[in-house]
Amino acid sequence: MRKGVMRPGHVQIRVLDAEAALKHYRDLVGLIETDRDEQGRIYLKAWTEVDKFSLVLNPSDEPGMDFMGFKVVDEATLVQLEQDLLAWGCPVEHIPAGELRGCGRRVRFVAPSGHTFELYAEKEYTGKWGVTEVNPEAWPMDLKGMRAVRFDHCLMYGDELAATYDLFVNVLGFYLAEQVLDENGDRIAQFLSISTKAHDVAFIMHPEKGKFHHASFFLETWEDVLRAADLISMTDTSIDIGPTRHGLTHGKTIYFFDPSGNRNEVFCGGDYNYPDHKPVTWAAEQLGKAIFYHDRQLNERFLTVLT
Amino acid sequence: MTDTFEMTELVRGLRFNCASDHSLLKAMELAGKRCIPVGCRGGGCGLCKVQVISGEFSCGPMSKKHVDEASRRCGRVLACRVYPRSDLSFEYRPAPELAGTNNNSNEVM
Repeated sequence: MRKGVMRPGHVQIRVLDAEAALKHYRDLVGLIETDRDEQGRIYLKAWTEVDKFSLVLNPSDEPGMDFMGFKVVDEATLVQLEQDLLAWGCPVEHIPAGELRGCGRRVRFVAPSGHTFELYAEKEYTGKWGVTEVNPEAWPMDLKGMRAVRFDHCLMYGDELAATYDLFVNVLGFYLAEQVLDENGDRIAQFLSISTKAHDVAFIMHPEKGKFHHASFFLETWEDVLRAADLISMTDTSIDIGPTRHGLTHGKTIYFFDPSGNRNEVFCGGDYNYPDHKPVTWAAEQLGKAIFYHDRQLNERFLTVLT
Repeated sequence: MTDTFEMTELVRGLRFNCASDHSLLKAMELAGKRCIPVGCRGGGCGLCKVQVISGEFSCGPMSKKHVDEASRRCGRVLACRVYPRSDLSFEYRPAPELAGTNNNSNEVM
């Protein structure tokens, strides 16, 4: 957080059928619907999150990710980071306060990978959902589905990984937590963190810019991941792979698709980092094990199915 | 009341049945056949694009990046969003530029 970027704050995902998407994210993933707007967008959050929303569903005729937003510590930081982005050579766009209901002004930019990101300092503080601020119980009793704890990170597919690394590390203050290097020593995957988490955003090398691989939500335990797998079968939801463990980050995970084909992950566990930790490196020749630690084989769909 | 129709993939000569409330792709998976690659199953990724040669069908929502109106009219559609209304014949051919991916991705999984 050395430049004042605090955490992932939201992701806006395009969906083909808003009601089908709402049913998926609310009833299966277990997010809470918090608002809607005149554009037809639906706002949701996970129950432990303190701000009003972290997922925005945007009805569209083409699925994928519109943007991912990071919350920064205060307005002065937002002003400084905007100057730093411009000085780096990255144009910014100003999105006025209220364009997303309950969110302050946003500074939007497109990373060299082709993905749109935003920074913002203010969002309506609604507190954790279903528990009191004083003497809170362990969890709310009426959570649905997988009972997702928080929106955790996104994985993006795109090119220009080196320039994207430079922007995220040297301008925004992220650090490299984990990487995959090819036989020439070129980085083909970079897991970037702004916290002690294994990743807050990750990029994998792909010839087409701006592709969305998944949005990930945190669960507490391996038992919760197995229960998520049960729910995926019970609801005949499109599964990708899992339950399994990743080599990268060592998280325990399952992947599935929303009704528009956007990939989701729910996971638990995983590595942690402090500033004295060195990045973890995987060799591309071990990519199978790096991605699926048990099968040790790549599932072609995981690498190529994107929105 | 659901009807069942016969699906025929012409390139490999594979046949399987499809209930009218199942998508073409789901019927293929249920029948244990492998002639169309399976991606997101949600009309988003474009991996399962087929050419319908004959038969009636209806479509669920599909990404316009992969199926525009002209493509839909001439039967180039995503198998995960095709619901048959009669027996269908169709072709699946790997088409990297249509799936937006490289050659390897089009191996039938």
